[in-house]
Amino acid sequence: MTDESFYGEVLADHNLHPLHKRELECATHCCKGLNPTCGDNIELHLNIQDGIVKDGSFTGIGCAVSQASADIMLELIIGKPLEDARHYAQLFRKMIGGEATQDEIDELEEAGALHNVSKMPARVKCALLSWNTMEKLLDGDN
Amino acid sequence: MNNALLGKENFPVFEKYKDLVYLDSSATQQKPRQVIEAAQRYYFEQNANPLRGLYDLSVKATQAYEDARESVRKFIGAKSTKEIIFTRNATESLNLIAFSWGQANITQGDEILVCISEHHSNLLPWQILAKQKGAVLRFLECDKSGKYTKDALEKALTKRTKLFATAQISNVFGRLNPIKEFAEIAHKNGTLIVCDAAQSAAHIPIDVQNLGVDFLAFSGHKMLAPMGIGVLYARQELLENMPPFLSGGEMIEYVTRDGATYAELPHKFEAGTVNVGGAVGLAAAIDYIGELGFETIQNRENELTRLAFEEMKKTQHINIIGADDAGEHHGILSFTIDGVHPHDIAAIFDADGIAIRAGHHCAQPLHEYLQVPSSARMSLAFYNDEKDIERFIKTLGSIRRRMGYDR
Repeated sequence: MTDESFYGEVLADHNLHPLHKRELECATHCCKGLNPTCGDNIELHLNIQDGIVKDGSFTGIGCAVSQASADIMLELIIGKPLEDARHYAQLFRKMIGGEATQDEIDELEEAGALHNVSKMPARVKCALLSWNTMEKLLDGDN
Repeated sequence: MNNALLGKENFPVFEKYKDLVYLDSSATQQKPRQVIEAAQRYYFEQNANPLRGLYDLSVKATQAYEDARESVRKFIGAKSTKEIIFTRNATESLNLIAFSWGQANITQGDEILVCISEHHSNLLPWQILAKQKGAVLRFLECDKSGKYTKDALEKALTKRTKLFATAQISNVFGRLNPIKEFAEIAHKNGTLIVCDAAQSAAHIPIDVQNLGVDFLAFSGHKMLAPMGIGVLYARQELLENMPPFLSGGEMIEYVTRDGATYAELPHKFEAGTVNVGGAVGLAAAIDYIGELGFETIQNRENELTRLAFEEMKKTQHINIIGADDAGEHHGILSFTIDGVHPHDIAAIFDADGIAIRAGHHCAQPLHEYLQVPSSARMSLAFYNDEKDIERFIKTLGSIRRRMGYDR
């Protein structure tokens, strides 16, 4: 048991080898997200052109759940219209609340790997941090 | 000395959770049966509103409460029970000083000196007070091992320093500060000293007269007692000149439409119906500690701390915060693991049935000063055993692998 990956391979991989953790010089939008009690502290950078997320990245520190969640989210929304990004955020929140159907979890692709967080109440805030930050950014609070 | 009191069998929580490894005693200690039963007995047999005394049961409740105050007086070596104020916890005790003594004595341009490693409860009351009064809050800095020097303290004190606030044992480093020497230096400068004994009261004997402190605060729940009972000690002369903190019932002598005279010490600072059950529980905790003896407690805790410390040093990628000597840690071992966030560390320990703390341990300025975003902390008490440490070390050694490293 102690040799198994604690959060599963997908999450471990995104945490150790994030694809989108870097500065983004072409960013048009930036927004900070903070979980004061955990010390999770991320900044989301998006390049939005004509209603489409052309590129995106994140910086900051946090636990594996918050870091992997941010990376997986960016993987999902880059290249997609803003409505899709908002739709995924709604689905993700539903999944973390333990209310998503299997089809909805499948629609979230790799983000579905975080569905177990619905059974870890102490980690819900970590998983949601990047998604909340993205919605805040899209709502114009940046 | 009664070694039978050392074991887990005295603590009912471990009957329910037989496999629990509890290593978060700095946050709150578990409660022995004797303490729980003493508090329960009060509610079964003596409960009435105390300090009114017009009927037998109320006299009994008053007696139980005042007996508890006398136990506390003896426990910390105070001159008089007038110097023992019951509060909810150390945080409330420290706030009482800031609101009462602070409001009356701190003026614009005064300085308050606080150790950088203070728990937020011995920092925020002073930060707020300084802002309100236009006073200056200064920080005394330690070295990487958590050590403060007398020299640095002497240099940090100025003519305007009215108060110096320091913990006896830091809740992050576990290091014991030389309070007696600090008090001498502070007093030479005309500065009063506040000692936060929240982390020390359960582990080392305290004698306020010998230490020479002006104020001392601690919580019952960190020393085997119920939650919701704490203590403020202050020299009688200071308390007599301090205005009340909270106002209302039980703290007055006489009230008219226009004003009031206040009750004698210590009741002046205990507004409202008090926590007799908690005070009785605290007295039972003091009895428990007394029966065990601090020597036994310290020997056992130092032995377990040393075992954990040495095994941690052998584990790769573990960085212990504070002194490189187990003897300086008093059961508190804060640490980081390379590449693993403390919340993930705590989650993995939790999955293995081991309770530790992760975060900034209510000492954010210290973590900033040490340039460590956050840390994990294991903290033990005499009721832990070698098996607990063994399981802690086993999980500790598995964490990086379970996070995907070195596979």
